[in-house]
Amino acid sequence: MSDDYNFAYLDEQTKRMIRRAILKALAVPGYQVPFASREMPMPYGWGTGGVQVTAATLTPDDRLKVIDQGADDTTNAVSIRKFFERTAGVEVVTSTSEASIIQTRHRIPEEPLSDDQILVYQVPIPEPLRFLEPRESETRKMHALEEYGLMHVKLYEDIARHGHIATAYAYPVKVEGRYVMDPSPIPKFDNPKMEMAAIQLFGAGREQRIYALPPWTRVVSLDFEDHPFDPSKAEHPCALCGAADSYLDEVITDDQGGRMFVCSDTDYCESRRAAGHRGELAEDAA
Amino acid sequence: MTPLLSVRNITKRYGPHLGCGDISFDLYPGEVMGIVGESGSGKSTLLNCLATHIPADSGQVIFDTRADGPRDVLRMPEAARRMLSRTDWAFVHQHARDGLRMGVSAGGNIGERLMAVGGRNYGTIRAAAGDWLGRVEISESRIDDRPSTFSGGMQQRLQIARNLVTGPRLIFMDEPTGGLDVSVQARLLDLLRGLVRDMGLSAIVVTHDLAVVRLLAHRLMVMKDGHVVESGLTDQVLDDPQHGYTQLLVSSVLQV
Repeated sequence: MSDDYNFAYLDEQTKRMIRRAILKALAVPGYQVPFASREMPMPYGWGTGGVQVTAATLTPDDRLKVIDQGADDTTNAVSIRKFFERTAGVEVVTSTSEASIIQTRHRIPEEPLSDDQILVYQVPIPEPLRFLEPRESETRKMHALEEYGLMHVKLYEDIARHGHIATAYAYPVKVEGRYVMDPSPIPKFDNPKMEMAAIQLFGAGREQRIYALPPWTRVVSLDFEDHPFDPSKAEHPCALCGAADSYLDEVITDDQGGRMFVCSDTDYCESRRAAGHRGELAEDAA
Repeated sequence: MTPLLSVRNITKRYGPHLGCGDISFDLYPGEVMGIVGESGSGKSTLLNCLATHIPADSGQVIFDTRADGPRDVLRMPEAARRMLSRTDWAFVHQHARDGLRMGVSAGGNIGERLMAVGGRNYGTIRAAAGDWLGRVEISESRIDDRPSTFSGGMQQRLQIARNLVTGPRLIFMDEPTGGLDVSVQARLLDLLRGLVRDMGLSAIVVTHDLAVVRLLAHRLMVMKDGHVVESGLTDQVLDDPQHGYTQLLVSSVLQV
């Protein structure tokens, strides 16, 4: 750990300001609380919002896990993990069950989280209505007055163009029957998992917004009566661990059309293989 | 009979400059009121004040709501006012681009109001959109096309369909035929006249085109410099103008 930085990089006043925003966000689930986002030593789009939320929630006893698209070993995850190892000196882990704080980009871990864990999401665009209504003043008013018809216009367009709701990630949800929220770009497969025991915090650094879901908050994915929400995934078992219930990445293996489907959650896949589960392409040495 | 809309002493100033001053009138169900005047006479300001797009400085706009009877819309909570403006009211902009979502298909444009008031059945919404396209003489096969691929006249008709789908009782029109060529204008006016009659709509039409009010409006208000200088039955005002400005306006129309 470097002594040149305050614990977890941010100064105490900044962390205090972020904690206040987090508390407010938890009090009004799904509401986007503005906060004074700081310049972080990484580019926007690399998780500056998530990093600030993590920094404000970290304590020296925490065990931190960082995932990017479900994987612990991708660039984004590695650099953020290193960042907190250096500035906070906390223990870093890759096991979902051992972590007390999990910062994530684009996935919810397969293993159910417990009530002593916090899940921190990195959010690129917190406003679910943004692509239909570019004016911030107008979208704020729409949230305030609960005018969410426009969200269904987007889903209508999907069905009209593709015959089904083609939105597969960042699928809009309604929180506790009140605020419509962008769950960050997680696959819609993960949407039903959002009603969970852990606290979920969402940080958007560039857009300077924090929002949150307290444990077991009601989260309903928007849909039409005649086109209900469908948390789809690839129709395959994992090629390495054989899991049939996890979200899969499609990996191209050659230029002859060969492909394999593997769990996007690397920790889940590895622990299943360690427990002796084998998929059809698993090497026995693995 | 209760008027659908009673306007009382509406005044709007832009700094020292008067937008429209002290305007009062009643509009009864099924009636079409025309507002004519030259550019800068305050007719659009008045219309935007009535439709609550801009706040009036003083006065009352009393609308006979379905649920609670006559209420002053300028003093309603914003949520109720916005609800009103997407259910019982309609606003047709001069430029269809202002009133349409250009990135959304024609069907989505028509369906938006239905979804805004709680429509959650795709099949029903789509059927209503198809039905309304037919009623404004747009082929149903264009339902999934974006308005940017439509001609000016079609965009204007689409805007009308999008506004009328919730069965409003009052429609505000700001130069609905402006920028369209004459034959398209004639078709649009024909269509509007039919819709107004069939649905028993009340309408306030702002225009500088006297032919439009002659065809559409039952009553007429002539505005100049923010004030109403003359009002009465359309034919009476146009055939026997009393005020000097109205006489000028009527005599300025080219006869072909």
